[in-house]
Amino acid sequence: MSDAKFFAKGKAAELRMELKSDKKDKNFARRKTTLKRIVANMTMNNNEMVQLFSDILECMHLNSLEIKKMCFLYLINYCRVKPDLANKALPILLADIKDQSPLIRALALRTMSCVPLATYTQAIVDPLHKLLGDSDPYVRKTAAFGVAKLWAADSRLAEKSGLIEGVNQLLVDDNPTVVSAGLAALTDITDKSEGMKLAIGYQDASKLIKILPDCNEWSQTFILNALMSYTPQDPAEALLMAERLSPRLAHSNAAVILGTIKVILYLTHYVSDDAAIDMLVRRFGPPLITLLSKPYEIQYVALRNCFLILQQYPHILQSNVKVFFCKYNDPIYVKVAKLEIIFLLASEENMPEILRELREYASEIDVQFVRKAVRAIGKLAIKIEGSARDCIDTLLDLVATRVSYIVQEATVVIKNIFRKYPNRYESIIAVLCRNLDSLDEPEAKAAMVWIIGQYAGRIENSDELLDDFLFSFKEEAVEVQLALLTATVKLFVQRPAKGQELVLQVLKWATEETDNPDLRDRGYMYWRLLSSASGNPEITREVVMSDRPAVTVESDRLDEKTLEEMTLNIGSLVSIYMRSANQIFKGSKSKHLEPSPALRKAYSYGPTEDQQMNVDASSLMEQGEDDDTAAAFAGPNAFAAHGDLLSDE
Amino acid sequence: MASAIFFLDLKGKPLLSRNYRGDVPMSALDKFPILLLDAEEESSVVPPCFSHEGVNYMYIRHSNLYLLAITKRNSNAAEILLFLHKVVQVLTEYFKVLEEESIRDNFVVIYELLDELMDFGYPQTTETKILQEYITQESHKLEVQVRPPIAVTNAVSWRSEGIRYRKNEVFLDVIESVNLLVSSTGTVLRSEILGSVKLKCYLSGMPELRLGLNDRVMFENNGRSTRGKSIEMEDVKFHQCVRLSRFENDRTISFIPPDGEFELMSYRLNTQVKPLIWVECAMQMHAGSRVEYAIKARAQFKRRSTANNVEITIPVPDDADTPKFRTTVGTVHYAPEKAAIVWKIKHFGGGKEFSMRAELGLPSVKESDPDRKKRPINVKFEIPYFTTSGIQVRYLKIIESKLQYPSLPWVRYITQSGDDYTVRLP
Repeated sequence: MSDAKFFAKGKAAELRMELKSDKKDKNFARRKTTLKRIVANMTMNNNEMVQLFSDILECMHLNSLEIKKMCFLYLINYCRVKPDLANKALPILLADIKDQSPLIRALALRTMSCVPLATYTQAIVDPLHKLLGDSDPYVRKTAAFGVAKLWAADSRLAEKSGLIEGVNQLLVDDNPTVVSAGLAALTDITDKSEGMKLAIGYQDASKLIKILPDCNEWSQTFILNALMSYTPQDPAEALLMAERLSPRLAHSNAAVILGTIKVILYLTHYVSDDAAIDMLVRRFGPPLITLLSKPYEIQYVALRNCFLILQQYPHILQSNVKVFFCKYNDPIYVKVAKLEIIFLLASEENMPEILRELREYASEIDVQFVRKAVRAIGKLAIKIEGSARDCIDTLLDLVATRVSYIVQEATVVIKNIFRKYPNRYESIIAVLCRNLDSLDEPEAKAAMVWIIGQYAGRIENSDELLDDFLFSFKEEAVEVQLALLTATVKLFVQRPAKGQELVLQVLKWATEETDNPDLRDRGYMYWRLLSSASGNPEITREVVMSDRPAVTVESDRLDEKTLEEMTLNIGSLVSIYMRSANQIFKGSKSKHLEPSPALRKAYSYGPTEDQQMNVDASSLMEQGEDDDTAAAFAGPNAFAAHGDLLSDE
Repeated sequence: MASAIFFLDLKGKPLLSRNYRGDVPMSALDKFPILLLDAEEESSVVPPCFSHEGVNYMYIRHSNLYLLAITKRNSNAAEILLFLHKVVQVLTEYFKVLEEESIRDNFVVIYELLDELMDFGYPQTTETKILQEYITQESHKLEVQVRPPIAVTNAVSWRSEGIRYRKNEVFLDVIESVNLLVSSTGTVLRSEILGSVKLKCYLSGMPELRLGLNDRVMFENNGRSTRGKSIEMEDVKFHQCVRLSRFENDRTISFIPPDGEFELMSYRLNTQVKPLIWVECAMQMHAGSRVEYAIKARAQFKRRSTANNVEITIPVPDDADTPKFRTTVGTVHYAPEKAAIVWKIKHFGGGKEFSMRAELGLPSVKESDPDRKKRPINVKFEIPYFTTSGIQVRYLKIIESKLQYPSLPWVRYITQSGDDYTVRLP
């Protein structure tokens, strides 16, 4: 029974002997065994096997499907190394492609189109024409993918050959599986093609929805994907299509569910009736929750996509935030994805239960997850003003655990809370000051130093605290040094008597004893400011203690244009990475909404020829600011924020 | 869409692979174990799909194997990850178990299957029953086969024609898994029922089946007064054999079943569930010497039902030793590898209450932060002949118009704990 015995390393010469032996070989049993050994050695990357090519060619003539399959596998594996010998197999394959058995015709076709040699590519064109019209649907479906393979190998040849029109013909095939294979092939080609685009009209789209139930689950995902190439011309038409698709939401295959959601979301852009859209998107809620009981990998995809859908339609699950509470055994990537959604759905009403839950997460084992939970609590204080006090109390409760990484994380978020709500909640400074010893990460130190500087006037011993930090000034990371410099100047501005000595010391370090240009520049800037404006401390104060731009957590949200692109890509890698397709996938077409009389507002009209021609210089500039410049500037940060809302960025 | 599929061992060494598109250099594979390791070091967040130098990796783990798909395009990740799970399912149905050893033991069939399961990176047929008709482990059968089963390209892609049974029977299992999270203060934070209707179908020909449940929406549609109990399912998912538009229209569950075993439908209810097994835990920590637990468990379901194989796992500090237990019923043992004590009760009658006391010694040297690692109490059980939701199979009609045979449906109900029936420790 077990074939593992074939995995002994074999010698080519010995295996050849076995194949060539004249001994009786009933039903080719001996040669089958030998071929198994060869395939096993091939699997182990035993390169000696390549020497057996001509012997394998001989076996290809044998009348046994099992032998054929193994020989073809060998051919695919070694054809690149021995193109000459591989070409000798071509006649055999071309004969098999005319075999009576559809199984062998399809097998020969699949094998031929897997061989990346020009001779094969050219030789397959004629058979493909024939097989696209084969009497057996199994062969026609294989031929459809064969054309896609040919196009990938040699797009010019494929386009010249008229085969793509041939695949187009399959779209009116009687057999739904063949139709879906044709669509998959065409989608595969047009996704990459410069010149070709898939466009499906209303009649065809309507027919596709009709045959969906007659396709297997994977064929359904191909069709759903292709439906994204249908552009509704009329709002009623779009709504009808969306409604006809919605029964698919009860399918057990998660890819079918997400595909259905993708198409319906796409269609809503062309529906005019807001109440109807609301009815449609509300139906996403229950299936999305159900996906959370699928395998973890699927849960992860579902959660990332939930995050996108809920940005646009938070109400569909707002009252259900509990379903996103983490299970103890969830892997961390699932927990983090859930945490992001909990954050997104937080409102003043559900805050009490969310806070209790986050407090629980903050006592789990995984350090990264605990940190994210603490950070989320801090961000919620900023997001929901009415709950800020409760969030802060929870944070203080956590600081009291004196666990180093929790204290540090809390310090960082509390700094942001102070920025958002200046001159409130200052009583908590005292608590933080009792835990200074726990701070050893630059970000946390810098945050604490900022707090001390900002409130130097009100913290009784602010000069002593700063002095403590300054003790190790030269060893600190630059961000801490910069924070210390600014904080000391703030101390001086607010309490000149106490800060005088320290500020002189720090300015001397910053300007004379550092190699870091940023630090030096900032040092000189303060130096000049302090010396030139000495007549007018008010001016100095205004500059040093100026108001900061308000902190929001809204920056974590995707901008509408990106969000639109993401929702057009539900279920795909782009929707998981949450980055625009052209940032990650070279030469890929980014999805956009095709203009039509029915289209509501869109953020990404397709660049049609005319539009591109008519762009004048000024609008080009604007566009630049919107897209490229902004992306270039905010690139990495934007990713951190989008890709991972609660990252340590 | 996937460029190539790999089976790897846990070290990331490839065992077997199939390159479908040839557009990603196979050297990308060498990076996978390193990436996995790097990602693990950086933080514990390794998502099941990530991108590195233009190559996208999507993977799942199954026993001592990784299944990995790579691609350069913006592929449908949901489809591919699900497909990998489907591959596991098909190979498991073929070989009984799927682990590192089974790859080598069956490599020829796996190569054949990979050729049939996927074409040019697109999933094709993943119905084991159908595949088994033309890809078999006993090679002699192969030579007879001249064409693929019609089902491969048919509208009914899950069942072949010409199936014959002498005795026509259907076994129907309604299984409900209850997930529950109880806070340390004793309130139920979250509860859900995940239901599943599984069928074992041994029916001849192409039978038409219709399943009737006490579905409230259907009762209301039909204007039937909801006499007797009906239930409201929040979400229902069906096997691909069920006609979804028919269900959408009049809530009829009609289908031509696959042969043998399959999950016909799953459903979910979010209604507040009264905990079937209630567990209370009082803990007294004497740092540096010992810790004491007093556990109370109560079966909060009707007296005529019984929970079997109840297992209550209580986490304890991982440096605890010398356990001492006292209980009125069942057995308790200490599982140091899980840092937990496990209390097992074979039969737990409805309405009964049992208690258990445990005492464990602690080393005199204190761990740095003893209370920090909070793990919940976990409860496992199964209650036969009982569903929490009250779901009932009203009928299962079987019609095979050509053969017109008598047939027997059998129904069984069971409720069990889900994968997350937990009580947080105080």
